Amino acid sequence: MSYTRFLAVARKELVHILRDSRGLVIVLIMPVVLLILFGYGVNLDFKGLPVYVYDREGSQQSQNFLKRFQSSEYFDVVRVVNSYPALTASLDDGHAKMGIVIPWDFSQRLGERRPVHVQALVDGTDDNTANVLIGYAQAVVQNYSSDIQLDWLRSRGQIAQPALVSIETRTWYNEDLESSAFIVPGVLALVMSVIGAFLTSLTIAREWERGTMEQLISTPVTPFEIMLGKLAPYFVIGMLDVTVCALIAIYWFDVPFRGSFGALLFSSALFLIVVLSLGFYVSVIAKSQLAASQMSLLATFLPAFLLSGFLFSIEQMPVVLQWITRVIPARYYVSVLKKIFLKGTPVASLYSDLVPLSLFALVVAVLATTSFHKRLG
Amino acid sequence: MTQEKPQSVIVVEGLTKRFSHVQAVDHLSFEVHAGEIFGLVGPDGAGKTTTLRMLAGILPPDEGTARVAEFDVVREPDNAKRNLSYMAQRFGLYEDLTVEENIRFYADLFGVTRREREERSTSLLQAAGMREFRRRLAGKLSGGMKQKLALVCALIHRPKVILLDEPTTGVDPVSRRDFWRILYDLALQGVTILTSTAYLDEAERCHRVALLHQGKLLFCDTPAHLKAKLGKSVLSITASDSHGLRAELENASGVSSLVVTGDGVHIVVDAASRIPELKARLNKASLPFSAIRQVTPTLEDLFVDAVDTGASSHV
Amino acid sequence: MSEADNAVSIEKLVKRFGDFVAVNAINLEVRKGEVFGFLGPNGAGKSTTIRMLCGLLTPTSGGARVAGYDVSRQPESVRQNIGYMSQKFSLYNDLTVIENLRLFAGLYGVPASLLQQRIDWALDMANLKGREHLITATLPGGWKQRLALGCAVLHQPPIIFLDEPTSGVDPISRRRFWDLIHHMAEEGVTVFVTTHYMEEAEYCNRLALIFRGAIAAVGTPSELKRKSMKGELLSVECEALGKAAEILQSAPGVMDAAVFGRALHLVVRDATAAIPQLEKHLVDHGLGTVLIEKIQPSLEDVFVSLTSAADSGKVWES
Repeated sequence: MSYTRFLAVARKELVHILRDSRGLVIVLIMPVVLLILFGYGVNLDFKGLPVYVYDREGSQQSQNFLKRFQSSEYFDVVRVVNSYPALTASLDDGHAKMGIVIPWDFSQRLGERRPVHVQALVDGTDDNTANVLIGYAQAVVQNYSSDIQLDWLRSRGQIAQPALVSIETRTWYNEDLESSAFIVPGVLALVMSVIGAFLTSLTIAREWERGTMEQLISTPVTPFEIMLGKLAPYFVIGMLDVTVCALIAIYWFDVPFRGSFGALLFSSALFLIVVLSLGFYVSVIAKSQLAASQMSLLATFLPAFLLSGFLFSIEQMPVVLQWITRVIPARYYVSVLKKIFLKGTPVASLYSDLVPLSLFALVVAVLATTSFHKRLG
Repeated sequence: MTQEKPQSVIVVEGLTKRFSHVQAVDHLSFEVHAGEIFGLVGPDGAGKTTTLRMLAGILPPDEGTARVAEFDVVREPDNAKRNLSYMAQRFGLYEDLTVEENIRFYADLFGVTRREREERSTSLLQAAGMREFRRRLAGKLSGGMKQKLALVCALIHRPKVILLDEPTTGVDPVSRRDFWRILYDLALQGVTILTSTAYLDEAERCHRVALLHQGKLLFCDTPAHLKAKLGKSVLSITASDSHGLRAELENASGVSSLVVTGDGVHIVVDAASRIPELKARLNKASLPFSAIRQVTPTLEDLFVDAVDTGASSHV
Repeated sequence: MSEADNAVSIEKLVKRFGDFVAVNAINLEVRKGEVFGFLGPNGAGKSTTIRMLCGLLTPTSGGARVAGYDVSRQPESVRQNIGYMSQKFSLYNDLTVIENLRLFAGLYGVPASLLQQRIDWALDMANLKGREHLITATLPGGWKQRLALGCAVLHQPPIIFLDEPTSGVDPISRRRFWDLIHHMAEEGVTVFVTTHYMEEAEYCNRLALIFRGAIAAVGTPSELKRKSMKGELLSVECEALGKAAEILQSAPGVMDAAVFGRALHLVVRDATAAIPQLEKHLVDHGLGTVLIEKIQPSLEDVFVSLTSAADSGKVWES
């Protein structure tokens, strides 16, 4: 292999990148845009969900009950209405995610030790949110219920505390359960897919379309030199982008970083090899830049978005899809990223993700190398 | 001075290429001598580009052999490529790279040392009148300059053989003339040049030509020999009523083809001795004309005659 | 020549694209029934001019009248009275021959009563009878060309504009095509052709040579060769062509010297006087066996003579 020829191709490719304003925008601005979009724009947290209340009694007791909801960080009691239609309207137009109806005989029944039913109307259009709301609401009510029983027991003189089982939860890795902390690392996978696959997929197709490839293959340069030369600049840019994105995640979005930077770079390099080789392969087999760009997005960005666990958790997917994610390289990268950022897992323990990723890198690189021939037709 | 047999730098034998249902190149055989400018001539679809691509080692033939600069280009393409240059129809220039960057890129691919590259590019650009355009983006050059830049890139590694695919298509006549001046200089210095063109008038500038038609070789010889071998005479008649002339002479004896031109007709007759006969005929038909002249046959006359009569010769 | 005899008249026509002047104040007249050629290299302004004449592009200034209508103010009337065959043909490759013909007949508004007759005429002219159902993409170049011409004249316009109609087509097809053109001209149709192929210009009755947006000369092919050529053309055959070229470049009376095949072409002021002088000149310099004769300039020689400045013959090293 000739170092001079490889450098010549790499240098030329770098100049193309720097002089192509559209490509530059993608390389420099896109990662930041994606981070902002997903860091701020997507909020999967269930906090401060709006609640409307129809309190038919309006007693001290019902007020105390309502305060439980108010003081919970998951709910935000926004308004009190005076009629049932008003309550349903608030759900219809989306002002409330949940509506609570307190019966007119709330405190009376409690005093007579009869069961009381409080009605909760939940907006079920988003079933994830609805399930969570119902869960939280039940928890609040359970707490209130057991507190009333305790009070009653105490007032009867039974001071002894009955055994109560309670759960003490400690959330590890992501204490505040900030969704941005678990989404943002995954954004790196998206960024790498676009840079690694989308941009490189254009490179070979572009030379065919412009007619320069014909001339290139009539010179002594070898297919391997062409491939390495074309991919090298994108590799460097990719690694730089990983670093920049990681820094933004840590210092801007306050995503914790507990692992080693070396592990981050190593796994990113592996993933880059996968997407770069894939992009190159697509560029060789696609007949035009348009086809190449579509194929590369379908093969990398889309799976990275939907099936890598970046946004939608794999465990909650149907089993068939879960099996499919095993052949999506991004899945392993996203998993590694979360482990490095949030858990601080040492490299040695990352083998369950790194081994498949390495395998992918090997297979796709070989595929790309053998696909390109210096021949027409 | 003894005439030595000229040395053959390119030897093509039985070269064949098929694309789905089309026979693009059909058992082509010819030789190109050192220091010669050889033209592959024919319209679109005749097989010129396909032949050149096979000789450049970028398209494998279905049958036949091709030796370029002592190497079998099918079996040892990389060795052959070191000694030749291929200038593709679309020039192979990178529009977003400067003149200098394009030259450097090709120089590196051929392993030209930095010092040599700097010397050669300076003198080549000087000769091309492009010294001041070193830093200009190739995409911003005029058509004629792009052509010259492509040639500079093709010459940077001192190839023994240059393959040019329709290098002057659409370029203005002054640039075309400059380009040919360059080719003649190179030929005098021993470089072998194989160029293709669809323009039969441009073919006359070559030292020897191979006329191709639908993948087959019609003729291969110098333009002068080919015209001498025609065995017919070509006459030009200047007159205002070309259509009347056509009607009268189309089927006259001895006339094998007739073409209406802008100011008369152009006919191929079996012998120039027919002239008085034709004059008499026109006078009898009261068709005025200002001159009947014998002119040199053009390669187009040859081409049309060959295809019409189904005759061709292999040299 | 009155206005009424002009199929096309152009006056001070200008087209600017930003800073670039594509067409620079040209004036021209084309008579009815003429086969007129617009000859020049790529980028000279031919396609831009034709597009303005067809009402497809608005002029920056100046004007033109085609078939009696003003191209800027009455483009629709212009378009109804012309046929236009664009570069590289404008046929739909995935339609059949007959489908293309019907499409264009519809686009040009050929009345239903004339439809079959016109289509039959076009098929006959293009020698495509019996081949109506072939897919256009499969047709050889020469047939596509004739089909494109047929499609452009279904509505029998008095003027047709052909933009580089024979690029890349073989000589035989090209001759047949020009035969068709001449037949149409015989019937009174005015034909306006653009081409960059110098030899093709010989088929035209009159020519305008265009370069960098301006007209360099107008006349019949013979007129141009006689009058627009600065000097006369000689062909010199001898041994050691390279040496001869150097010697003759600076010989007295020689305006230009260039190699052409195995000979030298010289431009001299007076051929008859120059021939014996140059023979002697070469023999004096040690070059024997010399053959010098006067030859007819080609249109390319004329073009070069009109558009080039004298150059100094730089040498290219191999």
